[in-house]
Amino acid sequence: MSQTVKTPPTAAPSEESNRVTLGLSNRLLARPEVGALVAAVVIFIFFLIVAPSFRSAPSFFTVLYQASTIGIVAVAVGMLMIGGEFDLSAGVLVTAAGLFNAMFCYQLGINLWVGALLSLILCLAIGFLNGYLTMRTGIPSFLITLGTFFILQGANLGVTKLITGSVSSPNIDQMDGYASLNFVFAHTFQIGAVQLNITVLWWIAFVALAQWILTRTRIGNWIYAVGGNAASARAVGVPVTRVKVGLFMTVGFLGWFTGMHYLYNFNVLQAGNGVGNEFLYIIAAVVGGTLMTGGYGNAIGVAIGAFIFGMTSLCIVYAGWDPNWFKAFLGVMLLLAVIVNLYIKKLSTTRKVG
Amino acid sequence: MTDTLHEHADPNLHQGDSLIQMVEVGKTYGAIRALKGINLIVNAGEVTCVLGDNGAGKSTLIKIMSGLHPHNEGDLLVDGQPVHLASPRESLAHGIATVYQDLAVVSLMEVWRNFFLGSEMTGSKFPLSGLKVKEMKQIADDELRKMGIVVKDINQPIGTLSGGQRQCVAIARAVYFGARVLILDEPTAALGVKQSGVVLKYTAAARDAGLGVVFITHNPHHAYLVGNHFIILKLGQTVLDKKRSEVALDELTRQMAGGDELTELSHELQGG
Repeated sequence: MSQTVKTPPTAAPSEESNRVTLGLSNRLLARPEVGALVAAVVIFIFFLIVAPSFRSAPSFFTVLYQASTIGIVAVAVGMLMIGGEFDLSAGVLVTAAGLFNAMFCYQLGINLWVGALLSLILCLAIGFLNGYLTMRTGIPSFLITLGTFFILQGANLGVTKLITGSVSSPNIDQMDGYASLNFVFAHTFQIGAVQLNITVLWWIAFVALAQWILTRTRIGNWIYAVGGNAASARAVGVPVTRVKVGLFMTVGFLGWFTGMHYLYNFNVLQAGNGVGNEFLYIIAAVVGGTLMTGGYGNAIGVAIGAFIFGMTSLCIVYAGWDPNWFKAFLGVMLLLAVIVNLYIKKLSTTRKVG
Repeated sequence: MTDTLHEHADPNLHQGDSLIQMVEVGKTYGAIRALKGINLIVNAGEVTCVLGDNGAGKSTLIKIMSGLHPHNEGDLLVDGQPVHLASPRESLAHGIATVYQDLAVVSLMEVWRNFFLGSEMTGSKFPLSGLKVKEMKQIADDELRKMGIVVKDINQPIGTLSGGQRQCVAIARAVYFGARVLILDEPTAALGVKQSGVVLKYTAAARDAGLGVVFITHNPHHAYLVGNHFIILKLGQTVLDKKRSEVALDELTRQMAGGDELTELSHELQGG
């Protein structure tokens, strides 16, 4: 007697089974800004504990303002670094923008808006030159912009001395166009006890725009590609030179913007200002998860990096410590950030077993 | 996979049309001559195989067609018109898509972003208009599945895939975007047996869909499986240029292995 046993046909392993949904922790770790966010929260809580005067809304908004003055240019520098290039001239470019505007209009006695517009063209031209020279010669942008850094630093001092006889720009607060420019670039909104500088709003707007561009547009895709592997990007039709030159010009634009803020906030600029700020922008970007080698990072990370900068620079004062230690603290932050970034990059690019 | 090819192939392609023609094309890099006097025709619906040893000029040949390095001697005709392809964008605009052996992907970027790199789908022409992220992910995933590649997560950086998988993404991308001519630079070099088979099937399918295919390889066995026309390069010059009907696998293999030189060498060695 035979007995047939019907066994259900074993289901062929569907291709779907090969797919795993990565755990939340893995997906989070793959984001560039997570390291910076954790660091920001830790530092925030730390200063809440050690610096009693930090525990108030006005102090918090002062920190935001401090962060925005670095953060606006840092967004552009971060995008440029994602695109695989450096700009060391950004710090002195900010000062050059303000000085040019102030002296040009003061000498000719014309409306400040004209000078602001010409200053914008100048900054875009400097950005273009940085980018064009880098792409045309193949010399690393580190060296090209180191050159423009020294040129601008010298020109800021030399031209200012030549025209005004001193090392500061003339006071422009009585000139035509001052009121409207002051409102656009340096207005302070008084909300209760809190002072909100308009640069904070601009900063948020620029970060949002940059984040949109980087993650949701074709140009953003191209920025990551030219930073990650320029040769591959070119091979599939990405206009590498145009993207990179555009990024340098973006640094020029936001450098000009911050220069305008300093000029219309303080009315007078010191020609030697801005030196060293280029490193603050780079630190904000790197602390925010941007890779020095390009191709990785995002705008929100850079904003968090700038916020950490603003917080530490002021909270050291709030805590009553010797502010001379600030730079040492910044250095430690940078080292930690680089190490965390390296670790995260490894984690997110090595093949996952599973 | 044939669906994709038929959907994306240019409907105006007719079997036997000459898509790319090279007449006495040469290329020098400074004092170095990489190619000399190359005559080559890529016809619609045919696979043109270019074989050669390392340094024979295969890569230079495709770089001319794909716009990476413009030629500086002779004429390059695309659809009968003489052109000077100065950038990969121009080449893509002519419907020529290339899969490079060494320049395939940007490893830190997500799989789907790599798939669409340079040909992103956007809402409008406006430079800041949003990418159609959902659609792009869906298409990339579907196209890869058709090639038998199932990635764990379409959002993972492509650097986390194996070399063969990366190559397949690059091929899937070229098939998807290459409307007229598909250039494959040693597509099977980094692949295992099974994936090589998939790539060869794709090559044949592209041919049947009416595309002109340029297949670069140093494996005569792979070439003979799909090729209609064979060209062997040696030190930048053509040493063999024959149709499938005129050449046997043995001859290809012998030429690739060194050909007459090998025979000579064998005599010398035996004589000694």
